[in-house]
Amino acid sequence: MSLLSPSIKVCSWTQEHDNPASLETYVANGGYEALKKILAEKTPAEQIVEQVKISALRGRGGAGFPTGLKWSFMPRNFQGDKYIVCNTDEGEPGTFKDRDIIEFNPHQLIEGMVIAGYTLGAKAGYNYIHGEIFELYESWERALGEARRAGYLGKNILGSDWDFDLHAFHGYGAYICGEETALLESIEGKKGQPRFKPPFPASYGLYGKPTTINNTETLASIPWIMRHGGQAFLELGKPNNGGAKLFSVSGHVNKPGNYEIALGTPFGELLEMAGGVRDGHKLKAVIPGGSSAPVLPADIMMDCTLDFDSIAKAGSMLGSGAVIVMDETVCMVRALERLAYFYFEESCGQCTPCREGTGWMYRVIHRIENGQGRPGDLDLLMDVGTNIAGRTICALGDAAVGPVHSFIKHFRKEFEYHIEHKKCLVGG
Amino acid sequence: MPVITIDDRQIEVAPGDTVMDAAHRAGIYIPHFCYHKKLSIAASCRMCLVEVEKVPKPLPACATPATDGMVVRTHSDKAVTAQKGVMEFLLINHPLDCPICDQGGECMLQDIAVGYGGIASRYAEPKRVVKEKDLGPLVATDMTRCIHCSRCVRFGQEIAGIMELGMPGRGEHTEVMPFLESQVTSELSGNVIDLCPVGALTSKPFRYSARPWELSRRKSVSPHDGLGSNLAVHVKDGKVFRFLPLENEAVNECWLADRDRYSYQALNSEERVTRPMVRQGSDWVEVDWQKALAQAAGALKVIHDTHGGEAIGFLASPHQTLEELYLTRQLAGALGCENIDTRLDVADFSADGKLAGIPWLGMPVADLDKLDRVLLVGSSVRKEQPLIAQRLRQAVKRGARLNVVHAADDDLLCRVANKLIAKPSAWVNALAQIANALRESGKDVGAVASDVSGVAVSDAARRVAESLVSGERKAVFLGGLASQHPNAAQLHSLAQAIAQATGAALGFLVSAANQVGAALAGCRPGANGRNAQRMLAEPRKAYVLLGVEPTLDHEPAAQAESALESAELVVLLTAFKVKAMDYAHVVLPIAPFTETAGAFVNMEGRLQAFNGVVPPQGEARPAWKVLRVLGNQLQLSDFDYDSAESVRKAALPEGEDGIAARLDNGICALPVTHLQAGDGVERLGETPIYQLDPLVRRAPALQATQVAADAAVCWANGALIQRLGLSVDRPVRVVQDSGESVLKLGRDDRLPEDVVRVAACHRLTTRLGERFGALRLEKM
Repeated sequence: MSLLSPSIKVCSWTQEHDNPASLETYVANGGYEALKKILAEKTPAEQIVEQVKISALRGRGGAGFPTGLKWSFMPRNFQGDKYIVCNTDEGEPGTFKDRDIIEFNPHQLIEGMVIAGYTLGAKAGYNYIHGEIFELYESWERALGEARRAGYLGKNILGSDWDFDLHAFHGYGAYICGEETALLESIEGKKGQPRFKPPFPASYGLYGKPTTINNTETLASIPWIMRHGGQAFLELGKPNNGGAKLFSVSGHVNKPGNYEIALGTPFGELLEMAGGVRDGHKLKAVIPGGSSAPVLPADIMMDCTLDFDSIAKAGSMLGSGAVIVMDETVCMVRALERLAYFYFEESCGQCTPCREGTGWMYRVIHRIENGQGRPGDLDLLMDVGTNIAGRTICALGDAAVGPVHSFIKHFRKEFEYHIEHKKCLVGG
Repeated sequence: MPVITIDDRQIEVAPGDTVMDAAHRAGIYIPHFCYHKKLSIAASCRMCLVEVEKVPKPLPACATPATDGMVVRTHSDKAVTAQKGVMEFLLINHPLDCPICDQGGECMLQDIAVGYGGIASRYAEPKRVVKEKDLGPLVATDMTRCIHCSRCVRFGQEIAGIMELGMPGRGEHTEVMPFLESQVTSELSGNVIDLCPVGALTSKPFRYSARPWELSRRKSVSPHDGLGSNLAVHVKDGKVFRFLPLENEAVNECWLADRDRYSYQALNSEERVTRPMVRQGSDWVEVDWQKALAQAAGALKVIHDTHGGEAIGFLASPHQTLEELYLTRQLAGALGCENIDTRLDVADFSADGKLAGIPWLGMPVADLDKLDRVLLVGSSVRKEQPLIAQRLRQAVKRGARLNVVHAADDDLLCRVANKLIAKPSAWVNALAQIANALRESGKDVGAVASDVSGVAVSDAARRVAESLVSGERKAVFLGGLASQHPNAAQLHSLAQAIAQATGAALGFLVSAANQVGAALAGCRPGANGRNAQRMLAEPRKAYVLLGVEPTLDHEPAAQAESALESAELVVLLTAFKVKAMDYAHVVLPIAPFTETAGAFVNMEGRLQAFNGVVPPQGEARPAWKVLRVLGNQLQLSDFDYDSAESVRKAALPEGEDGIAARLDNGICALPVTHLQAGDGVERLGETPIYQLDPLVRRAPALQATQVAADAAVCWANGALIQRLGLSVDRPVRVVQDSGESVLKLGRDDRLPEDVVRVAACHRLTTRLGERFGALRLEKM
């Protein structure tokens, strides 16, 4: 595999080589060619944005926002500094794909960020790396050093008379810093709390300057698109869902791990690649897009293809592509308790509904799980959730509510059993 | 103008307005907690969620820009459901301890809960408990009640200029707290109490003393600095319980400095004198008013008849009302006495007779935040005028360049563009440098040109000059220290030259509430009269003291003390037991400002009249009445005023409108002679923020602050301390002239090596000499 052929291994191809992260491997397989071409031909930024739009590349961090459209929000004629920021604050439970890109294919991300910087007229770029993966911060710095020495970064890149540099920023592990404006606050040295929007980062971003923030996988897909064209990328996937994507499969499967597959692939195929549900057990439910995505029961999930639109139609979201597989041994009350605790713990505390509501929901679920449930608790949970969702500055409130609402909606009987019998329906 | 619709009403909005702004303008109430018109927008409490047509989610009114054609509903089902949802969340962890909460009755949460809260709580889980914080003697905490609106935090960052409170922690564990257990020391700290929408931050001195609904609110004016902050005085049973700000955008906005907020404690102090007294030998005997007044009048008449009016000295406090000061003036005049003054803190009177009018701010207070360029000469502005400092901070935030001439490189909590930090005796030279830089760049500095032309110009002075040449709205301000300076007149003259050469306004940051009023009332020495300094340097046979504490108000204190000690008669009109009682012969207990009607004229020339808010304590009487009767006893004509208003009318025959014409900072240019700084270490003797007047000196909470404690320390630069072999935090002997004091030594590297900061007007330093003079530190 390499960048030379338009294979569906958009981001993970280096893993089939020795020294996958090295500059040599990357360059030997077509790396930095797209950048060279752009700088040599002085490709107009509009053309690059157009190709990204054609590719139907959608944000790989969770929201699935069309990347080309996001790039077109950046003010072209703004006089002053602009920034490109890569969001590697991969904190969504179940997600572990971006770390693999940095570990095994950092140069493709660097090339993607340099192209983005060129396209958006940025002065510099930052890569915000999640706090709990410090070794990747170091390997990213190493890769930056390699790229700088080879002239892909810094002053006068590849003799183009254009300067651009990248910097690593080490987060400290707060989930909320994955929210793009909280991430910007964090880079600025402030407490990681989302900003009220508008203004959006494209007009008022890092240090108050126009800024574009993209996910690691999104930016790493850019060199592929520039090399093979937006249309080729689109054709990897399906309309409105261009390209291939990394899926982090975890939970009750035989071979958990990252799998890069074309968008639109049936869920069953991914499950098969991951070795199927662990032996002797059967599929109960799947969280298809990271912990914030509503859970889907097995039957609904088996009818889905893995792309943004199909999963949304089924009532959940593709999110970051973190597929959490649960078999019949899972107690849904206990699973929800754990998820609710996560959001309770990670709420930044800024907005009243999320600060107070996540704790309320967690405590009620905790009671139910511990045999202290009361009649009316489920309606209360649904109601509290409704009072949080859509009433906060950022989406963390909604993310906390998604699991609560979907678990109760699809598995209400299990919850009722817990409340009534003070014990678990699953496995006694 | 764009138009939006709120609750079926069409409202014109200005560009940049939010939905909340528009609603406010139209008088539509939208519930809110974190929103405050003077603070940045947090949009975090979510109480102001409203429905906006074509938007699926409810939006916060405080942060949503009002755009043309927008249709907003604040009372639709969607809006009210969202608001009630937020209210429920706010209450689940809030201790419903209203019956024991000091905020009860004036609590935003309580009020809004009435409209949006449920009958009972659905929350049946354990509630959050938050550890108390010690913020010092002024602000009490009950942090469990905090609803995380972040107003207090934003106040520190944006208004006070120092982020003493922060919000560390995440989610439910978010807590408002000071940095590492430190206390809050900002001179504006009390405002967080007003800002706090719940009972998390309350007034420590006021705590548990009264319920808001038991208190009557009455208007008054703060008698401390020259701003004249507007007060809402809360009273009950004829007693003052607290001061809160009365909003006046042109004066104090919605803020109050701690000095103005907590000085009320002195009103109920044990040190109040409430009965007339006459001396019998070494004892004080309480007598009735008639006897006390007869004795005072009789004794004054004897002195007058024996030695003439010039044997008497009238010293009045510039914190007394216009009416009191005017009657004092009349009394002196009737006794043929021209020795009358309120400027006990001034050392250089050489400008007298050379001034074009009464010194004032030179512009409206409200214009301070709009300045582009400022030169601040000799002002510890945060301590002298906390809210003026706040206005200048806002100006700097908007891009103004602030230039400073001072003896200490104090943190003004805003960016200072250029500074000339030098010992006080070098200030004339510093201003001369700036004037000369202007002259060299072709500006006309008028009559001082030849005097300053030989002065070597430093780079910093040149930058100040350049800064003042640019910009549109600019001002040169002389602070309290500049007015107290031994070469105050020359500083004034140079400042005038700089202002004229750069097109800047010239102003005085007048340090007392009624110093302008005192000048209007004529409390200034006559042509043959003695000023305050001469009255004490050339002891008089008799003194009439109105509201002053000469040994604290005047430097050197020893001079005041010996003058009073040797006098045959001292008539004391005072609200408090003061040191001067040691020498006085008659004590006439007068009412402080809350117990009398009167008026102050602030530094911008604004006449602010007020009524008594409580009856005088005991036998104390409004000073204007006391003075009137004293006049009657002396059979003075035209002394039949029957109200403070009638006195005011006499004091200001042209009324309020006549004031402006009498204000003028112009001075006939003086020869600039003190271009050479003195040798050796010099004293920087400021009046500490909480020693300004008899009231603040007796406010226990203010005296318990760190700021007050710091004023009792001798501060010196580390290099000087090392050179003299002294030790920090150990006692040091401070020697000046023939006196000495023993103070704790502190290190402050913001002071130049040859400047030592030793407070003036402080009971621990009364044995020292002038505010600014050579001084020696000796090892104990």
